[in-house]
Amino acid sequence: MAVNPGIEGKRYPPAPPYAVGREKVREFARAVFATSPIHHDVEAARAAGYADLVAPPTFPIVVGAALETLIEDPEAGIDFGRVVHGDQRFVLARPIVAGDELTARLTVTAVRVVGGNAMVTAESALTDADGEHVATSISSLVVRGDS
Amino acid sequence: MSAAARPALGPLPDRSVLSVGDEVAEATFLLDRDKLVRYAGASGDFNPIHYRDDVARSVGLPGVLAHGMLTMGLAVQPVVDWLGGDAARVVDYQVRFTRPVLVDAELGAVVQVTAVVGALDDDGARIDLTVRSGGETVLGKAQVRVALPA
Repeated sequence: MAVNPGIEGKRYPPAPPYAVGREKVREFARAVFATSPIHHDVEAARAAGYADLVAPPTFPIVVGAALETLIEDPEAGIDFGRVVHGDQRFVLARPIVAGDELTARLTVTAVRVVGGNAMVTAESALTDADGEHVATSISSLVVRGDS
Repeated sequence: MSAAARPALGPLPDRSVLSVGDEVAEATFLLDRDKLVRYAGASGDFNPIHYRDDVARSVGLPGVLAHGMLTMGLAVQPVVDWLGGDAARVVDYQVRFTRPVLVDAELGAVVQVTAVVGALDDDGARIDLTVRSGGETVLGKAQVRVALPA
């Protein structure tokens, strides 16, 4: 079995807070070809009404750390070398900006076995320092079985 | 240069003139190995199948692949440009990774993105992306929800 089906419903403890820094926002934006000035220029971001540099829409993947959490969980029994990213969704309640301190909390919402493979769906909910929901990253991972 | 002299963002699209099926943006991106290494560093995803052919082949892949999250991350950018650069108007974004993007060491890979209005409602629009590389669709069900003023 490529995944322990018993992890369905498992809720992991919150990850240590992630401090969103300006240079990381700029670096990530450059890496995904995001050229809008609100990712790079603090004055432009403020002129547009944001508190600081705005992170690109897929930035929660950096904070959510879903894959790392699952791989490091011995109970899940997932072999990193067999994992393929199947689906990804981001639900963004508000923009992530530099200066945010985000806490990710991962829940395994589904484990399905299809053929010899397993599909694990996990949701990482990000909250800010005030405990307000900022974004949710939903990842489906395909774990290939023994062929 | 005064910051106030330069508008931070371009104009937003006028929703009243949009129709389902309108093509609103398109773009072509060249991914080479440097771009993959850059994304690895920026994202923290250091899986070696994204920079080492020998490791990729050892797990049965034809060669180095782009991070799916890199393809997803760049594919939304033409939509952000259409939004005048206001990336925060993207409120929901999903894709299915249907086919890997193989990045040749010398030639790289070309990723083509087309964005079409999929649906309109009171809050904004759903923009559907077609994302292709090497003649194949690489992202399926790629949908971006954007908030637009009525």
